[in-house]
Formats: sequence, C-alpha cells, structure tokens
Amino acid sequence: MGIQILLHLTVMLVLAPLLFGIIGKTKALFAGRWGAPLFQPYYDIIKFFKKGNVYSTTTTWIFQVAPLVYLATILVSSLLIPFGGLKAPVYFWGDFILFIYISGLSRYFIIIGALDTGSSFEGMGASREATFSCLAEIVLALDFIILAILSKQLILSEMVGGTILSSWPLFGPVLLLVGLSYFLVLLVESARIPIDDPTTHLELTMIHEVMFLDHSGWDLACVSYASMMKFFVLGSLFVNILIPFHNLSAILQTVVFGVGMIGLAIIVGIVESCIARLRLNRIPELIIGAFVLALVGLLIILIKGV
Amino acid sequence: MEKQGFQELYVRNGQSWAISAVPLLAEQCFQEKILKDCSLGSRLVNLFAYQEDSEYIRIFAMLGKDNEGKIAIFSMRVSVAKACFQSLTVDLPQAQLFEREIAEQFALTPIGHPWLKPLRYHKNYRNVPDIWPEIATRPIPGVYPFYQIKGEEAHEVAVGPVHAGVIEPGHFRFQCHGEIIFNLEIQLGYQHRGIEKLMKDVSADRAVQIVESISGDTVIGHTSAYCNLIESLSGCEISPQAQVIRAIGLELERLANHTGDLGALSKDIGFLPTAAYFGRLRGEFLNLSMELCGSRFGRSLCRVGGVLFDIDNEMIKDFQKRLLVAQKDLKNISRLLFMKPSVLSRFEGTGIVTNKIAKELGLVGPAARASGCVCDTRTNYAFGMYRFNHIPISTVNSGDVYARGFIRWIESQRSIEFILDVLNHIPEGDLQLKTNSLKPNHMALAMTEGWRGEIVHVAITDAASRLARYKIKDPSFNNWPGLALAVRQAQISDFPLCNKSFNLSYAGHDL
Repeated sequence: MGIQILLHLTVMLVLAPLLFGIIGKTKALFAGRWGAPLFQPYYDIIKFFKKGNVYSTTTTWIFQVAPLVYLATILVSSLLIPFGGLKAPVYFWGDFILFIYISGLSRYFIIIGALDTGSSFEGMGASREATFSCLAEIVLALDFIILAILSKQLILSEMVGGTILSSWPLFGPVLLLVGLSYFLVLLVESARIPIDDPTTHLELTMIHEVMFLDHSGWDLACVSYASMMKFFVLGSLFVNILIPFHNLSAILQTVVFGVGMIGLAIIVGIVESCIARLRLNRIPELIIGAFVLALVGLLIILIKGV
Repeated sequence: MEKQGFQELYVRNGQSWAISAVPLLAEQCFQEKILKDCSLGSRLVNLFAYQEDSEYIRIFAMLGKDNEGKIAIFSMRVSVAKACFQSLTVDLPQAQLFEREIAEQFALTPIGHPWLKPLRYHKNYRNVPDIWPEIATRPIPGVYPFYQIKGEEAHEVAVGPVHAGVIEPGHFRFQCHGEIIFNLEIQLGYQHRGIEKLMKDVSADRAVQIVESISGDTVIGHTSAYCNLIESLSGCEISPQAQVIRAIGLELERLANHTGDLGALSKDIGFLPTAAYFGRLRGEFLNLSMELCGSRFGRSLCRVGGVLFDIDNEMIKDFQKRLLVAQKDLKNISRLLFMKPSVLSRFEGTGIVTNKIAKELGLVGPAARASGCVCDTRTNYAFGMYRFNHIPISTVNSGDVYARGFIRWIESQRSIEFILDVLNHIPEGDLQLKTNSLKPNHMALAMTEGWRGEIVHVAITDAASRLARYKIKDPSFNNWPGLALAVRQAQISDFPLCNKSFNLSYAGHDL
C-alpha cells in the first residue's frame, strides 16, 4: 500500500500544474495570443520554492502553519479518489464524509491563516470564501448522496467507480444533472471564472487569491501547488462521473482518464474565455442553481427508485 | 469679448483680455453672482486665486454657459491681512475642491468649508504660515482625519497609495458595512510636482515640455491648450493646416485612450477576448500617432505657433486605409462586448451617477455625458478645427458603468469619422508661425476637450509681459468626486470596475 500511495501522490504532484498550463494556453488562444509556455505553472512553483519567506510581525504561528495544512489536506483527500487505472489507495465505508470534512479542514485553516494577518483585504477574502464555500459544500454533499444511492455504496472510490457504468443507461439524466451541478461546484471550489478571476490583480474583487496576498516563498509555493492539486482532485472526480470507462484495461482507463482531464482543462479555459465574471452578490444564485440541479436529480431517483 | 452693463465680462474660448476689464465685485456680490448663475444652469469652470500685489489676493471666477458658448468672468479681492473668505461649498458642492486648492496655494481660509483638508500637501505660494501647520513636513496623508463611520459592524478598508497594478499612487479610504460601501474618501497629492509654479519660472521651450508631462496620457490635450493660450496672448493666429493636424492628434489620443479603457473594462470583469482585442486596437491608434509625430503619446507634435510635423499625401492615404480597418474592427469588438449578457449584467446599474449629482459636482467629459449632461468643449466652446467641422455631442442617460463604457464606443466612432473627414481636405499653409512677445497685463483662457473632458488653462501676464500666474485644470480635478459618489451603496468588489470606468488621472489632479 505504501508504494500505491507514493505512486498516487507522484502522479498528482507531477501532472497537476500541467492542467493549469492547458487552461492558460486555451485562454491565450481565445484571446488571439500565444500566451505563457505550457509548463509555466511548473516554473512558477520552482521560482517560489527558491525564494525566502517574509513574515509580518503581526502574524502568529497560525499564518505559517496554514499553507502546510492546506497542502496536507489536499494530499490526503487525493488518496480517496481513483486516477484512471490507479485505484484509490485508501478506502473505507463512509470515506466520502471524510472527503467533505477534509476539504472543510483545509478551508478552515486558510481562512484563519488569512484572518491572522489582520489585513482588511484578507479579511474580506476570508469572509467571501466562507460564505460561498459553505453553500457549495451542501451541493457537494447532495451530489455524493445521489452517487451513493445510485451505486449503493458508501466508499467514494466505488461511488464513482465501476457501478457508474451500469447506472448510465438507466439514470443518464440523473448523472448529467449531477455532473453539471458538480461542475459548478468545481468552478467555485477552484476559484475560476465566472466565480473568481484567478488572473486579476485587483485585491478588492478577489475571493481565493486575496487570502494568499501575504504569503511568500515556500508558503506561497505550497498554497499555489495545493490549489493546482485541488483542481486535479476535484477534476478527477468529475471525469470519473461523466466518462464511464471502468470496464477497460488499466492502461486504457488511464489513457481515457488523461484525455478526460485535458478535456476538462480545455472546457474550463473555454468557459473562462466566453463569459465575464459574475457580480459578487450573484454568486450565491449560481450555487443555488447547482443545488437545484442536484435536487432534481435526487427527486428523479427517489421517485423512480433504483 | 463683449461688455454687458458695468459688471459683466463675457469671453469666448481662446480669447485674451486686459486684466483691468475684469469686473471687481465685493465679496458678497461675488458670491451671490456665482450662486445665482449656477442656479440658472452655469457651471463653475474655474475658481482660482492670484496674488496681485503685496496687499491683495484676487480670486477669479469663470462660469461657463454651456449652451451659449460664453464664459462669464468676474473677481473679488481678499486682503492679505484678512486672509479668509466665505466658503460657497455648502450651497455649491462643485466649489469644494477649488476652495481647498485656494486655501492650500495662498493660505486663505474658506470660512464654513465643511471638509477643509489639504489637497496636494505643499507649502503655500506666499511663504506665510500655512493653514495646516504640518502640511509639508509630514508624509501624505498627514495627520488629518478621514471621514469615519463608527459601529460594531462597520469596517474600514484602506487601499493604496501603492497599488497592485502599474498605476499611479493615490489613497482610497472606504467605510464599509459588509460588502457595501457607505463612503469613499479619495486622498491624492502624491504626484505633486509644482507645475503651476514652475510654469512662470521656466523658459518657453521648457514650459511646453512641462505641459506635455502634466498627465502622460493627455499630452496633446494639454499641449494644445497651452499653445492656444500663448498664441492668444501673443496675438498669433495659426494656419488652418496646423489646426487640422492638432485636431487629428487630439482625436487619435482620444481613440487610443477610449479603446484602451474599453479593453481595461473588459479585463476587470474577466472577459478576455475583448480585453486582448481592444488592447491591440489601442496599439493601432498609438502607432498612427507615432507616424504623425514620432511619439506614440503625441509628444512634440504641438508647439506654440503651430505644429512640428506635416502630413503628406502618402501618409494621408495610409492613414485612411488603416483607419477604415480600425473602424471595422472597433465595430466588431464593441458589438462583442456590448451584446454579451454576462458583460451587461456587470456593467448595467453599477456605479450610478445621476444627472442631478453630475450637475451638482460639475462633472465634465465622457463621465458627465454618460449621465446625460450635454457638455463637450469641442462643440460648446469650439476651438481650432472644431469651429469648422462639428462633432455631434453624444450622451447616454443611465450614468452607470455601462453608460461610461458605451459613450467611449460612440465617441470613438465619431472621432474616426472626424479624422477621415478632415483627412480629405487638409489645407495648405505654414506649419509653424513665429510668435510675438506676450501682451502685458493681460489674461487669457484656453479650453480643449481632452479625452477625459474639459481641460482649462488660464494665464495672467504682468507689466513686463512675463507669465505671472498659470492655472491648469485637468478634467480629473472635476471628476474624482464623481467617482467617490458613484461607489456609494455599491459593492466594494465593484469599485475597481467603477474606477476604471472613470479612469481619472492622478498626475493631472496633483499637478
């Protein structure tokens, strides 16, 4: 199991920044530019790791611990999810609850880390993150409940595993609704347009980025890397739900999974290129929309029965 | 120039007149006249002080009647011993910044001013103790209080003077309740270079270069105002050819900045395609400017007596061809921006300045026209080429970010049409004429419509024909309070968008 865990983490550590590179390239092509190199996210992380940390005298140990906890929680949560041919190294009954709570823990630490600086910008960011993610959490839980009912499983990797294959012919519409609402949650959680603009420099409009304004060096590398891996983790769940490839051989599964992940990055890039960001007070409406989609899916299952 | 009765002097844009012709009123008369004229629809174009002699400081008021193209000028005296005057701000909010400026420059106290704080943090021109003792020794924003809201749930956000983007320094203090802005106070002055004072000390050759750097993005706007002013004071009428070239330069500057602003607006809402395309289009207009005078920002195009660069036939053909392409591109990109529902949902209803507030604050330029004010110096106080080729005034009524964006699109279209029109028949003439010395004891006024709005330059000469006072008013000076009011009750996350929709100059305000 040790080797399995190591392999799992290595795959994610190596590939996660590539997705951001693909998103960036897609956006650049839509804007008629060549854009930054595909491997720019890797260069950025290496650059951050080379720099020294700077700590404000108003911060405490919480500020320094938060990036590490954020990184650690993402690494742990990734172990519950299969990456194509790689089965989830850790699984047990009810582990989807652990998944939700781990993401809660990571959020809690970045929020108190941001509040620890005492900066009004970071305070605003923390308040926004708390508001929007606590709404998104409910949608995520609802999506998991639907998947659990469909697969009659309480293990996350099984919920999105082989049984999805048999659910598609009968419950295709439900899975589409789940996929769509999960996609919106994915955009909220990974702070992409139309919810948040990851490229903006305007502190007053940021949600996620603004909480890391005071981080530097290793800490900044940790949070940036963790954000990329968070997208990888959430994205791989999305691909598992929407593409039923689980009866293929392990190698083919990995290929399909890889293509699916690249496709997801391109879709996110296209979404970011085609619509403007929402006004901040409209974001809850979007999340409520995602909730309603999931709720309709749940209703279909409850009425039709599995 | 015409005199009506004993107490009226009306001038037109670009005229000069003897100082002795300006009516001198008693303080109370002076104030009553300002209040009365403004209540009848006049606008405070300028209010500034000038040290006449060691005993008296004279305050000049210029009130513009936009629909008649006339400007009423009158003045009052304040004795140095008294060193105070009655403030008009409570009755006339647009006098607010002018009075603070006078207080700072000449250490005269406007009695009853509700928010008497320094504007640019410099010592006064008279070398007497300042109204604010520590004004020049402490770093900005000094020891002066910001407007504050107290309460358990109110919080304060301080932004700047160092910002996240590569922009100018300025301090913004928000009083918020959650995400809602209750009040914004803008504190500038970080870019103060003492330009008004410099202008009367330097040679004419240097003066024009200083004027070019009043605000780096409004080079032609300010330089042509300066040139018109000096030409008026020296009785020089420049050739029609030079006028056309100045107008082309001014419109190219407007086009480059307007399209750049539309790109910046798209970028602020995360709408990438138009952000990139408008950026490219801005480059096209800057390049045209580059070919006209060798500088993308129009430096060294205008000089007193005319212009330094000619347009030959080949260049005209090239300009026409490229402008037609740009016209088509602009149309396509603007449609993409203004037809997109997700863009409209961000623009519409954000940062509204009502017509009433715009008039009370005396806003100028696109920001005023976006709130339905019919004011455009090119038409109301036509100067140079605009006296022969009229540009229709475009207005939008909603006063929100959408309106301020949309007006930039409409105006860009009009500007391209204007340039294409004048390129067809560029008159022959001398590029640059020699100018005489300035008329002694005279005063002159020159207004131009820069891309941000009305630029006003006023000069007063002494008995020896030297400049004794040079007064500059950048449109940003009028419009910064507009931004502060636009964001009231708005979301704080919408502030950058509102700010970009005004896109005001810090340097132009700070001088």
